[in-house]
Amino acid sequence: MADSAIPRPRQATSSATRQVIVVREAYIAQTRRKRLYSGIMLGVFVALMASGFMLADSRNAGGFWSGLHRLPDFPASVMSEAWAKRAELPENLARYFPALIETLNIAAVSTLIGTIGGTLLSMLSTRGLARWPRLIPLFRRIMDVMRAVPEIVIALVLIFVLGGGPVPAMIAIAFHTCGALGKMFSEVNENASLKPVEGLASVGANWSQRMLLGVVPQVAPNYLSYALLRFEINIRASAILGFVGAGGIGYELKNAISWGQGKYDAAAAIFLLLITTIIIVDQLSSMGRDRMTHGRKSEMMA
Amino acid sequence: MNHVLHIDLLTKTFGHHTAVDRATIRVDRPMMIGVIGRSGAGKSTLLRMLNRLEDSTSGAIRFEGRDVTRLAGADKRAWQADCAMIFQQFNLVPRMDVVSNVLHGTLNRRSTLASLFSLYPTADIHRAIDILDRLGIAEHAPKRAEALSGGQQQRVAIARALMQDPKIILADEPIASLDPMNAQVVMEALRRIHEEDGRMVIANLHTLDTARRYCDRVIGMRDGRIVFDGTPAQLTTGMAREIYGADARFSEEATSTEIEAIDRVTTRQMPITA
Repeated sequence: MADSAIPRPRQATSSATRQVIVVREAYIAQTRRKRLYSGIMLGVFVALMASGFMLADSRNAGGFWSGLHRLPDFPASVMSEAWAKRAELPENLARYFPALIETLNIAAVSTLIGTIGGTLLSMLSTRGLARWPRLIPLFRRIMDVMRAVPEIVIALVLIFVLGGGPVPAMIAIAFHTCGALGKMFSEVNENASLKPVEGLASVGANWSQRMLLGVVPQVAPNYLSYALLRFEINIRASAILGFVGAGGIGYELKNAISWGQGKYDAAAAIFLLLITTIIIVDQLSSMGRDRMTHGRKSEMMA
Repeated sequence: MNHVLHIDLLTKTFGHHTAVDRATIRVDRPMMIGVIGRSGAGKSTLLRMLNRLEDSTSGAIRFEGRDVTRLAGADKRAWQADCAMIFQQFNLVPRMDVVSNVLHGTLNRRSTLASLFSLYPTADIHRAIDILDRLGIAEHAPKRAEALSGGQQQRVAIARALMQDPKIILADEPIASLDPMNAQVVMEALRRIHEEDGRMVIANLHTLDTARRYCDRVIGMRDGRIVFDGTPAQLTTGMAREIYGADARFSEEATSTEIEAIDRVTTRQMPITA
């Protein structure tokens, strides 16, 4: 291929040969086609957005435009009340800290269970790795269902059956996490090299040994980053489930943020706790990931 | 004051390590300059500072009387458009077609919105294809960049550089990832650009014979300092050993990547002492 393409001595732009003209025309035609497609796409997108908005606005009880100017009112009243009672902030933070720990525990346990379940499901549903290749569609559909059912529905059913408390929330979030992480992990698995797996198969290792020793070391950093992102999402999810009686900081938030309770200072303290937690988790996870990749570098150097 | 490059006491330190140590280079007319030296001698850092991919610690780079180390924002990007860079690993966008990659050379003149929707003027598209034709790869125009061989990709990178219509072309080890045949094609293309367009070309090269064969002037760097600056004829084997910190076993032929070098070693049995 290389020798057919050695540059021939030629004046810059003056002598456009037949071939160049052909290439030009073909490329311009290709560009026009692409532009036409993206123009149509853009038109359809704008039309859908506009019609969707108009439909939503017509079905809205209050009206979007008439209510828009009142949007900042609620945050403003929360902020002003919290500012007026700012002296009580440390006391509020201390009061709601145990509830935050409960929320964090729900998130941590459900992330851990979800990660283990997701790992298993992802291995079972990745082409080339699956234990039973014919059952791949089955495991994929199971994961779809796990993702499709809203956490809050599972939590409500379990609270009805088991009574309120952190356990229903934990099960509900773990169920969803399994499906969500399983899908992401299986995409990571697809990029893993099959050569170590083949090497382990050649020494007579069984399926779980091949997966644990051949695949997991390759995919661990990516798994970790997805699992940590999921942990952040689960903190928020477990806070929301508190609204329906699953305990933790969400229950306190629901009581504090309801209109006319005069507890906006407590709501502000809870938001502060949640935001700080997310920032800390984010910092810790990037530190952990950093150490993992740097650890790998020093291993490679050694 | 046309095409005059003065580099004065240019220094770059990374922590305690000095990558480039008070480099001073004066170029008064467009020429083809080869920078040689061991890996880690500071060749890449020097070129990256010229393009402002890297900020200098101290010193000045004056081009046509203007200190480019002090430029910021839009002025800096305008300088980068005037000072094209070619990389060892080509640094193309692999999933985009060849012509789009070449058209990226005009990004400094285009708004973000126009680039987002690939709204390049037809004249520019024609010019991009003409440049590709000049480099002998017009037939690959609609292909994805990743589908091309290394030598072809490097020529796409050169075409992107030419699309910038630059005053200086910097090439950081342009042939280090290529086989001898493609290396020759790429070096000849760079030489031709210099001769036909009168552009200044500064290339980091890891082999001495390439620098000798294609360059008007050779600069030798060792441990961040410029230890040689002269014509290829002035570059003796002794000087080359000094630049590479090598002993008497060093022979130019042993590191050569050119096909003829094999013949030279076997027929002449003697290293060139130019």
